[in-house]
Amino acid sequence: MKMHKDEKIWLALSFSIMMIFMLITGYQAVAEGMEPPSNTDYIDPQKVDQTAPFDKPGIKQIGDKEYEVVMTMQVFSFNPGNIEVPAGSTVHFILTSKDVVHGFEIAETNANAMVMPGYIQKVTQKFDKPGSYLVLCNEYCGAGHQMMSTTITVK
Amino acid sequence: METAINQTFNTKVNNLLGVNKEDAKISKTYLFVSFVILLIGGFLGLAQGLNRAGLLELPSWLNYYQILTMHGVFMLLAFTTFFTFGYLYAGLSHELGGLLPKVRKIVWTAFAAKIIGAVLVVIPILMNEASVMYTFYPPLKAHPMFYIGLVFFAVGMWLCNIGGFIQVANWRKNNKGKHVPIFSYFATGINILMFFALIPVAIEVLTLIPWSIGWTKTVNVMVSRTLFWAFGHTLVNIWYLTATSAWYVIAPKLIGGKRWSDTLTRVVIIALVIMNITGGFHHQIIDPGISLPVKMMHVFMSLAIGFPSLMTAFAMFAVFEKTARKQGGKGLIGWYKKMPWGDVRFLALFISMASFIPAGAGGIAQTTNQLDTVVHNTMWIVGHFHLTLGVTVALAFFGISYWLVPYISGRVLTPKINKLGVIQTWIWTIGMIFMSGSMHTVGLFGSPRRTSYTTYGDHATALSWDPYMMALAIGGTLLIIGVILQVYAVINMMFFAPKGETEFPIADVEENASPTPYWTERWGIWIIVMLIVVAMAYVIPLSEFILNGPPGSPGFKTW
Repeated sequence: MKMHKDEKIWLALSFSIMMIFMLITGYQAVAEGMEPPSNTDYIDPQKVDQTAPFDKPGIKQIGDKEYEVVMTMQVFSFNPGNIEVPAGSTVHFILTSKDVVHGFEIAETNANAMVMPGYIQKVTQKFDKPGSYLVLCNEYCGAGHQMMSTTITVK
Repeated sequence: METAINQTFNTKVNNLLGVNKEDAKISKTYLFVSFVILLIGGFLGLAQGLNRAGLLELPSWLNYYQILTMHGVFMLLAFTTFFTFGYLYAGLSHELGGLLPKVRKIVWTAFAAKIIGAVLVVIPILMNEASVMYTFYPPLKAHPMFYIGLVFFAVGMWLCNIGGFIQVANWRKNNKGKHVPIFSYFATGINILMFFALIPVAIEVLTLIPWSIGWTKTVNVMVSRTLFWAFGHTLVNIWYLTATSAWYVIAPKLIGGKRWSDTLTRVVIIALVIMNITGGFHHQIIDPGISLPVKMMHVFMSLAIGFPSLMTAFAMFAVFEKTARKQGGKGLIGWYKKMPWGDVRFLALFISMASFIPAGAGGIAQTTNQLDTVVHNTMWIVGHFHLTLGVTVALAFFGISYWLVPYISGRVLTPKINKLGVIQTWIWTIGMIFMSGSMHTVGLFGSPRRTSYTTYGDHATALSWDPYMMALAIGGTLLIIGVILQVYAVINMMFFAPKGETEFPIADVEENASPTPYWTERWGIWIIVMLIVVAMAYVIPLSEFILNGPPGSPGFKTW
């Protein structure tokens, strides 16, 4: 198979760029903990209310400026909603859905995860800047999808 | 031997007499339906854009999510498939000396199956019984008729693939040892990819039907979702491969040049067929239930698809530059002045290609773990597929229509329609820059996709997105003008333009080209390699979901 010299150079360059891209992605995920939310625990989607920890949704301080939020998502709300944390807090969200597929997104941060019925999803986010953060469902879930939001107030 | 001579003779006769009347009828019908669907789908898109900007309140009997579901089904499933097969069968007929009578029968049966399917899908959506989007993620539960319609539609697509296989196999039997001509080779790649991509989604839909009727109580949501994306992403790449066929085969002829290396062209097709189905997994990068190593492997497999596209990028610009220089073009980039910018057939194809540079780059970005987390399910994604499907694919299809429609209708492209086409192409491009540009930007800020007009209780963050939504609405308005002009041009070329002969523009290879090795014809091997790649990608996660997953979910109608 005959190839032009320019094409060989171009393909070598393309290949290297792809490899570098893959290496950086892999390095950041493994070494710097920048992995996408991928928790693999599961739960009976029809018994969320009776299963720990989702029998008691809420916010709990687990360390200095460190919180754990156990949250259920259901059409068309977040439970608990409107939480408050001090600036500089790290919040660990433990999430599941009680009905259909939802999306958990905190706008203006990188927190973004699919929340599937039957699976327990985990997301961690640090809040440095005070203000009102918009939390919304970013996966279509029904007629009231556009109203499914809450806030996190950072003081 | 005799049949082979016969075949060549037929091809020659065919080339002399122009298009085969019966085959033309097939392509005409497919293309007509395709553009009618584009018109309806376009208006549905406009309604969404205006609603999203807060300019249009939709009536309760036809709400945002119904319109969105229909827009997705129409544009992604119907417009594209009808166009693709209208185009592919015109090419197969032209290149292989007319369709076999039995293939014609198959393609007409396929047409009926697809129309029945489309009607069955649309009825429940209109009744507000199937506002589940084109992705229909369970446990959202639509009316059974919706899923049954999808089965009909899939059967129609399969029949079209099978018709293509039979046609090409017959040619190969009569032309032993020869390479399948390039357009038909593209068609074969497209048919193989579609044939296999439909299998996972068909399995999904067949499990959803008894569940939606009530015979089974629960459904495995992760398995369904994974099976869907094995199809869903491959689908868009099938349209991309269709557009690519026009770049490689048609574009060089339109500018008076020769095709790029025949071997490399075929290698690109094989690579795209082998690697594509696994690409769907990157839609699930932020899903639960999939371990990080599996996700990492999928990121690599998805990124690998970028490679054949980078080969294409080189090939296309090399052909342009070479041709333009032969015609007296000078300078490092001065040669571009020699390109036929006033010819809509070329202009639309060129913008289609050029747009794939940012579109492909965006795709590579959102395929990686970290960057996908930033933009997943935001308007960025909507911007991305309006750039890939709305520009790269749609403009390629539009560009093709300016010679294909006259060709099958026994008419010609008049200077007036050509001029209209050039205007249409620019309106479309500018409209998409507005729309896709604002979608990408506002998506980076977090505005979610698939969400009707909302300010989330006047939250400051949501309000800051509004100006971009205005730009989106402006883009949408330009696009509907584009749609109307395009459909007008197609109708004109199909029924009213002056009669005459139009050529099916397939470019030749260069005179001194080295011969193509015969291994490119061994589709059996490539299909096995493809299945191995698919197995590598899907066996682990799917068995994990089934053997080590949660109890299933009951259905919900939440709309």
